[in-house]
Amino acid sequence: MSLAHTPYDTTLPPDLRALQKEIEGYAREFGLDFFETIFEVLDADDLNEVAAYGGFPTRYPHWSFGMAYEELKKSYDYGLSKIYEMVINNDPCYAYLMRCNHVVDQKLVMAHVYGHCDFFKNNQFFAHTNRKMMDEMANHGNRIRRYAEKYGEDEIERFLDICLSIDDLIDVHSVAIKRRDEVSRYDFSIEKEDDQPRATRFKSKPYMDEYLNPPELLKAEEEERRRLKEQLSKNFPERPEKDVLLFLIEHAPLKGWQRDVLSIVRDEAYYFAPQAMTKIMNEGWASYWHSTIMTTKALHPSEVVDYCDHHCGTMAPYRGRINPYKLGIELFRDIEHRWNTGRFGKDYEECDDLEAKRTWDKKLGLGRQKIFEVRRIHNDITFIDTFLTPEFCQEQNYFSYVFNEQGQNYVIESRDFQKIKERLLFGLTNFGKPWIYVVDGNYRNRGELLLRHEYNGIELKLDRAKDVLVNIQYIWTRPVHLQTVVENKPTLLTFDGTEHSSKTLGDSDDPRKHSSAKTR
Amino acid sequence: MGQKIERDYQRFRKIVRGKVKSSLSKYITRGEMIGKKGNDLVSIPLPQIEIPQFRYGRKGTGGVGQGQGQPGQALTPPQDGDRAKAGDQPGGHILEVELTLQELAEILGEELALPRITPKGRKNIVTTRERYTGIRQAGPESLRHFKRTFKRALRRQIASGTYSPEEPVVIPIREDKQYRSWKEVPLPQSVACIIYMMDVSGSMTEEQKEIVRIEAFWIDTWIKAHYKGVERVYIIHDAVAQEVDEHTFYHTRESGGTKISSAYDLGDKIIQKRYPPDDWNIYAFHFSDGDNWGDDIPTCLEILQERLLPKLNLFGYGQVESPYGSGEFLDYVKDLTDGRENLVVSRIPDREHILESIKEFLKTGR
Repeated sequence: MSLAHTPYDTTLPPDLRALQKEIEGYAREFGLDFFETIFEVLDADDLNEVAAYGGFPTRYPHWSFGMAYEELKKSYDYGLSKIYEMVINNDPCYAYLMRCNHVVDQKLVMAHVYGHCDFFKNNQFFAHTNRKMMDEMANHGNRIRRYAEKYGEDEIERFLDICLSIDDLIDVHSVAIKRRDEVSRYDFSIEKEDDQPRATRFKSKPYMDEYLNPPELLKAEEEERRRLKEQLSKNFPERPEKDVLLFLIEHAPLKGWQRDVLSIVRDEAYYFAPQAMTKIMNEGWASYWHSTIMTTKALHPSEVVDYCDHHCGTMAPYRGRINPYKLGIELFRDIEHRWNTGRFGKDYEECDDLEAKRTWDKKLGLGRQKIFEVRRIHNDITFIDTFLTPEFCQEQNYFSYVFNEQGQNYVIESRDFQKIKERLLFGLTNFGKPWIYVVDGNYRNRGELLLRHEYNGIELKLDRAKDVLVNIQYIWTRPVHLQTVVENKPTLLTFDGTEHSSKTLGDSDDPRKHSSAKTR
Repeated sequence: MGQKIERDYQRFRKIVRGKVKSSLSKYITRGEMIGKKGNDLVSIPLPQIEIPQFRYGRKGTGGVGQGQGQPGQALTPPQDGDRAKAGDQPGGHILEVELTLQELAEILGEELALPRITPKGRKNIVTTRERYTGIRQAGPESLRHFKRTFKRALRRQIASGTYSPEEPVVIPIREDKQYRSWKEVPLPQSVACIIYMMDVSGSMTEEQKEIVRIEAFWIDTWIKAHYKGVERVYIIHDAVAQEVDEHTFYHTRESGGTKISSAYDLGDKIIQKRYPPDDWNIYAFHFSDGDNWGDDIPTCLEILQERLLPKLNLFGYGQVESPYGSGEFLDYVKDLTDGRENLVVSRIPDREHILESIKEFLKTGR
């Protein structure tokens, strides 16, 4: 599936095709390893459209793509921003170029694209992604369009809105770790119910029974056994489950088409997740390579100024947040430099002589090799965790900031390395979003759903949380609860289908304690 | 704009404007982008809908930035980074702009549910034409591409071994079907003309002229939004009529007696000379306070009936309420409306009634 099926004319003109050949050659010389890459040229308007669909022109219809389009179009029309390139993780890789760009820009973009393609193919976090996603997305689009035809567009839209409100409740690492057995829909071996727990009766003559088996004692023993049995019985889910979507797909009373739509949303969330997990590395890697290819091979002297202008524009540091391009390329360069000069390991780290450290050079020349390894095995979190150094933070002028409640604004917090690293990692962990687990699918033995927000010091946006509960309740159909912390107090938020309630949890019936006992 | 994104975009606009009921309406934010026009900063409205998700509150959150500054120093909220820069410059101010007229006209159309002007008859105003250039997997049966569909079905049957040359029956299934798809191609061909006529005589007060201008402006905006390359003619008149340019029409002050026939006569002459009705769709709107010089009325009606109406797609007469004079002209024109679809009369007592009046003019869908 390519854009050839759409009404756009996307053929690469001969001059660009020659360029592609040239740049691809350089990329291979440097050892980049990528799927076949197909470039297509689009006009700005069409490129904005494709970008609004996340790169997949055949995606299912939803107003949110229209919203994305408006933003892209307006910011393009007013000259605020423009898309230079888009690359799709697919085999073959698809890359879109903007027709009106300058030749030097096209060169840069192509070099950049080969960086991305190499990353897609080799970074381990992309290993599970569907490399035929172009086809898969078209398939998703067709399925949803068909449902819309059959059940009405409004119905489908309403349900999609709900699905998209929880599409981040997935477990990105589940693709690599087997946390539990697959639940088979065809598993009918229901456990035999061992009716009632019975106390042990001693054999006795009827007239002795009352003495040998005193009724009070029997009752107490039965009680005890029942309690034990309940404790032993399987929790549902057995362990708290982070893939809330999967739990709902498997256990919520959904109609066939709803289950399918939810699965589609979940599939796409898993497909896109690695891109969010490696944003800094991916952009850093691609930028490293466009810079390397352009400045050592492809750049014509007459193009230097334009190239620099464009490159600097992309690499400009932001004050209020991280520029992933900048952080990524600088950190890759820093790693390359450190491994070239041997600035790692025990000797270097324990060296107290500042002057010696400054001029440290063991002439190892391992830099290139190292960064290729890094691009294969790391994601943003481990990348930052492993390679961020105090020297680097200082050199790059990084600081951490924090929300200041008094002034309702953000203020610079610190230039301390640990603090910066902590803030950076926090923003990357679970995509900077709260952790939500399914704890109990049969809460209070009434088929209600209990979710838990794994509290780590930061509270939820309450109004949003409540509305998400409404959406989950729509899917689950029974009341839905969320354990979280509101104004420093453990709280249980509930939506029962008609109204919200919240209960501060005392020590006596703290379901958090209860559930943590359950989770073993 | 592609057909696909156009649908999603329109759907989004409808939700934003409250045209479609959605549980998400409370998440609509009137966002903006800050752009630059010359030296001015301008605000570009950008409505957004945020689908609710579990998110952290702001308390205790933070992040990492890059640049100069001491701990404790206020950092502008990340989401308002650009705006802060504007504040640093003396007298920096943001202009609220950019709802383009095109967008306004669209809103007008949606809000008022104005029917589009679709001229009946032999000559259509052509602005775009569909050209069938592509092929798609889905589409209406009427657009099915027989040859391609057949070839695919044949290929599939040969591949799957269900084709027998002895009995060559080829039955396309869903997956085989191919449909033509189109692209809209604009045709720069203008075949419509609008004549605006305004009474600027002494009896028309400034307020009344203002009403007329507002109404003419909106009609003009509306039509411009839908038809490219529409030609426009502006006529002002008191006792004599003259053709003026757009700017003069919207800004002139005149005074004097009133002879409506002069405007009609001039309008007719312009049509004859420049816009032969066989080739043009012609619309004419006349605004006046209805206070005409008595002897002139029969002449007006005669020109209207005999010469103008047969040539026009639509003649709209809008009368503003006048503190002076009789306003009797409206009744005369009204008498002519019987049995004529292309004549519409509208009374505009004050500014509040401008919208209503526009609706009256355009609802006939001519």
